[in-house]
Amino acid sequence: MGVQAYRAPRSIPEAVSLLSSEAGAFALGGGTDLLVQQRSGARQPGSFIDLKRIPGMLGIEQLPSLWRIGAATACGEVASHPGLRSELPGLVEAAGLIGSKQVQGRASLGGNLCNASPAADSVPALVANRAVLVVAGPEGERRIAAECLTLGPGRTVLGRGEFVCAIEIPRPAARQSDAYLRFIPRTEMDIAVVGAAASLRVDEGGRCIAARIALGAVAPTVLTSPEADAALTGSMLEPEAIAACVAIAQAACSPISDRRGTAEFRRHVAGVLLRRVILAASQRLAKEG
Amino acid sequence: MAIHVQTRVNGQATEFLCEADASALDVLRDTLGLTGSKEGCNSGDCGACSVLLDGTLVCACLVLGAELEGRELLTIEGVAPPGGLHPVQQKLLEHNAMQCGICIPGIVVAAKALLDRDPDPDETTVRFALAGNLCRCTGYDKIIRAVLDAAAAMREGAGVRA
Ligand SMILES: Cc1cc2nc3c(=O)[nH]c(=O)nc-3n(C[C@H](O)[C@H](O)[C@H](O)COP(=O)(O)OP(=O)(O)OC[C@H]3O[C@@H](n4cnc5c(N)ncnc54)[C@H](O)[C@@H]3O)c2cc1C
Ligand code: FES
Ligand code: FES
Repeated sequence: MGVQAYRAPRSIPEAVSLLSSEAGAFALGGGTDLLVQQRSGARQPGSFIDLKRIPGMLGIEQLPSLWRIGAATACGEVASHPGLRSELPGLVEAAGLIGSKQVQGRASLGGNLCNASPAADSVPALVANRAVLVVAGPEGERRIAAECLTLGPGRTVLGRGEFVCAIEIPRPAARQSDAYLRFIPRTEMDIAVVGAAASLRVDEGGRCIAARIALGAVAPTVLTSPEADAALTGSMLEPEAIAACVAIAQAACSPISDRRGTAEFRRHVAGVLLRRVILAASQRLAKEG
Repeated sequence: MAIHVQTRVNGQATEFLCEADASALDVLRDTLGLTGSKEGCNSGDCGACSVLLDGTLVCACLVLGAELEGRELLTIEGVAPPGGLHPVQQKLLEHNAMQCGICIPGIVVAAKALLDRDPDPDETTVRFALAGNLCRCTGYDKIIRAVLDAAAAMREGAGVRA
């Protein structure tokens, strides 16, 4: 068998029709997961449907109320975008951590999401920032919250013929910021043992009026916890409130043990990183004044 | 079924036939005879296949040959002027920064990509920029010194030595 075809559709309807009709069709973003998986035999695509020549799939757009990132836009472009750097520094941190410079030249946010690895670095940052995915498919367009995309490792809710066209991220309000950190055994080129993101908003007096945390690699899918968020909301982000948030989030983790770390270690590191991202985001707010 | 692709490689209009799952690295090495780009891992980990695709640093092993249609590729063969060396190559020589040499084409391309964008990087920046290029021989230190030295030479306008 093997890969029978490579197609580069020029429009969304053409891509939907190819993804629906070709045997074993796989959407191709940057290929940094898919080509590796095809070669190892982990996935057996019958054809590659390259999404990068469809208008709108590449590029970053600033709209009045949101950022629209084409789903095939390379992470390197996200990480070096001046507007994103200032408004969504945590997302930029996450995108900038993915692989090497070479990998960043190709790896897309759409691919990072749809590959559905629990350790995908951009996903906690997207979820903490309430990103919404614009999905095209045979029934037309629909929008899904980023945290609703994956069902488990390697599995998404996308149906046959569906693909992610764009990622929409609400632009932060005044006094709102975010942060992302991950732990890996070295400084570059490894998969997150734990990833943690937080987005915080405070009022003029410094009281937290909105919070959203998200953890990667501590559960089959990205972990959110409205209870942990609630422990921060209304607080002055004092150590006790942060500790309460962290304890709730740690209790919600269901990590696995593997060669990168035991479940116990992951739960511990999740707590450490979560505290640090909350502090990092609040320090960014303090700078904003 | 073979796919017909028209592209530019190192400034030259080029065409070739490839299978749907052939990588750009397969095409360069096996079809076009450009064997400067090396295959260390075929999975994006080693950087020995580094090339510039429309000016962006990528691993040729993680690009499909078919994707090159209408694009512009720069490989290690296109980095130096005819008969000369790129400053990064010159400084790698001067610093004795090579042993077996397998990693070096990728290092040169990645370092060139960095210096084109950032003419005055500090050591940390160089180390991060080359984090995707593995070298089993040198221990990296001489490579990093050579790239920093090449940056200095390029800033002084040494440019490319014929
Ligand atoms: C050396 C190396 C280092 C890496 N380091 C990291 C790291 O530090 N952190 C990290 O998170 N990841 C890392 N990765 C994994 C990978 O680079 C990322 O997951 C990347 O974001 C995948 O994006 P892509 O565009 O290359 O996806 P592809 O490989 O093109 O696609 C991945 C999957 O998603 C599907 N897909 C792609 N785009 C869409 C779309 N728009 N709609 C629907 N389905 C789609 C594909 O069919 C495929 O199943 C690394 C990979 C390599 C090779
Ligand atoms: S051969 Fe391409 S990165 Fe190793
Ligand atoms: S010199 Fe041998 S791998 Fe770098």
